[in-house]
Amino acid sequence: MSSLKARIEQVRQAGHKALGMFITSGFPDLTATPDLLKAIDAGGADFIELGMPFSDPLAEGIPIQRSSERALAAGVTMKDTLRFAAEFAAGSDTPLVLMGYGNPIMRYGIDKFFKDARSSGVQGVILPDVLPAPDSPFFRAATENGVDTICLVSPTTPPERAERIDALSSGFVYAVSVTGVTGTDKGDTQPIVDYLRRIRPSIVRNALMVGFGIRSAEDVRSMAAETDGAIVGSALVNLVSACWDNPDLSRSQRLAEVESFVRDLKSGTLS
Amino acid sequence: MSELTSTVSLPDKRGYFGQFGGAFVPEILVPALEELTEAFETAKQDPAFQACYHGLLRDYVGRPTALTFAERLTERLGGGRIYLKREDLCHTGAHKINNAIGQILLARRMGKTRIIAETGAGQHGVATATVCARFGMECIVYMGAEDIERQQLNVHRMRLLGAEVRPAVSGSQTLKDATNEAIRDWVTNVRDTFYIIGSVVGPHPYPAMVRDFHTVIGKEVQTALKEKEGRTDPDMLVACVGGGSNAIGMFHPFLKNEAVRCIGVEASGEGLDGRHAATLTLGEPGILHGALSYLLQDEEGQVSLAHSISAGLDYPGVGPEHAWLKQSGRVEYLSATDDEAMEGVQLLSETEGIIPALETAHAVAGLARIAKETAPQDLIVLNCSGRGDKDMQTIAEALS
Repeated sequence: MSSLKARIEQVRQAGHKALGMFITSGFPDLTATPDLLKAIDAGGADFIELGMPFSDPLAEGIPIQRSSERALAAGVTMKDTLRFAAEFAAGSDTPLVLMGYGNPIMRYGIDKFFKDARSSGVQGVILPDVLPAPDSPFFRAATENGVDTICLVSPTTPPERAERIDALSSGFVYAVSVTGVTGTDKGDTQPIVDYLRRIRPSIVRNALMVGFGIRSAEDVRSMAAETDGAIVGSALVNLVSACWDNPDLSRSQRLAEVESFVRDLKSGTLS
Repeated sequence: MSELTSTVSLPDKRGYFGQFGGAFVPEILVPALEELTEAFETAKQDPAFQACYHGLLRDYVGRPTALTFAERLTERLGGGRIYLKREDLCHTGAHKINNAIGQILLARRMGKTRIIAETGAGQHGVATATVCARFGMECIVYMGAEDIERQQLNVHRMRLLGAEVRPAVSGSQTLKDATNEAIRDWVTNVRDTFYIIGSVVGPHPYPAMVRDFHTVIGKEVQTALKEKEGRTDPDMLVACVGGGSNAIGMFHPFLKNEAVRCIGVEASGEGLDGRHAATLTLGEPGILHGALSYLLQDEEGQVSLAHSISAGLDYPGVGPEHAWLKQSGRVEYLSATDDEAMEGVQLLSETEGIIPALETAHAVAGLARIAKETAPQDLIVLNCSGRGDKDMQTIAEALS
């Protein structure tokens, strides 16, 4: 069992739900990422998604788009991201996964990427524009290097496809809460609850985590109730933007804000 | 075999032309793409759909378009006999409407009520707004903020036709970013929305479907050339390539005849050592907008900003079938700079009384360079993909 899967299972056995937190690598600048990862960890995240910035992130809403642009403007590279992952893994046993688009990985070299990701302590990847297929070079390389491939299901995914996705997924299965991009206002929760209940029986090999549009401890509690946990991204990115753009806050105050936000979200996962 | 059925068997079932193509999209879109593939395959075989599509091409678009012998251009360039395939005479002023008609008929067949599109120069946006007006459907066109600025005339046309033009303000504020925004809209509204992609790009089945809706160009060339010259196949075909729809529409029916030399002309902007849009000439394989193809990108895999004086060619990607045709060597790809394109505009205007679109002007410039390689008895067909009215302000500024 991978350490990511084991972590979610451990939380589940304790009767709680898992909390995953997303932050963009190199955002708002290169020096921030190592400290942000530590603050998120200290706040109680059960795993962390580190975003590999891409110039054309077509599944992202405005907050994560802007964070990617800002990180790229700051000069972040794939090597930097892998280094942040390795440094974090050296000081924490909280699983870290990388989230990003196919092209930067292809450019880096697919096999080399998964080899380097593994040696940097990365537990899994989430690739929103790479569809699950056993003969995909991305999936082959991930499997060969023991990196989990976390696949997504969405409200438009039919049950038989969800079963195939579950079979090709490892670490967990990521349920996109709504048809939309990250940071979308999820609106009425009842249709999401109905969808999660509908899809859940198809996901038997993996834990099911829900994300997109989850902003508060209350959101986490209501969404996680139908799954094994929830993932928060855009809301954290917005908070980091606001803190870093506020000249009246010191660095430690900014990091304290982040840690306290994560701790509050985590409270929504406790039974 | 129906008229829309492809003459070359690619893409394969999974949407690949060799190593290129495929579908690199969020999971949300997978059922929609499967549904679209199915609907298109069924429609192709349906005589009622064919009749409706070809009826509209005839009575609404004005097809077949003329094949015009370019007597003075032939004299000036001193090579083979040059014919112009007059897509500039299509309703709305460019070839783009062939595809817009085909896709909106599919949208109606699939029961979709809302149409979205991306546009660069505005020609595909105008074509989409036009067919939406014709069928009374809601239309939203995403357009880069910079393109809105340099293609004002087309923005006015789209609004007059009842479309909402939404500016894409991220990144380079051009076609690439308009396409990102359109995909995000589709991801959000996938259940009731049909995305009419304007070129042979995007995830499977779009590159093959858009191609098939444009092969009418090449087929008409065959018919007209047979009538005028006694043979269906010319010695050389020349077309501009941005995403590559007008080029593939003309080339495709001829690809199986290796004797027909096919030339695609990309935009090299300020020059290949400066800012350009010569994706096949200088790009590397990469993934953008749902497909694996050639791509202008940096060493980190970040997509580069393309540049061309022509908004329709200002795109860092290219259709995956062109990537395959380049790799296989079946099609040759050249490039022409902004300055050469401007010379092409003047050349065709002065010799033939036809003001071409800036996109088409690149093909003229490419042909001007290689016409001498042909013999006087050779037949050349240049795809005059659009008319230049929309570009008059840019042309006036460049020539002042």
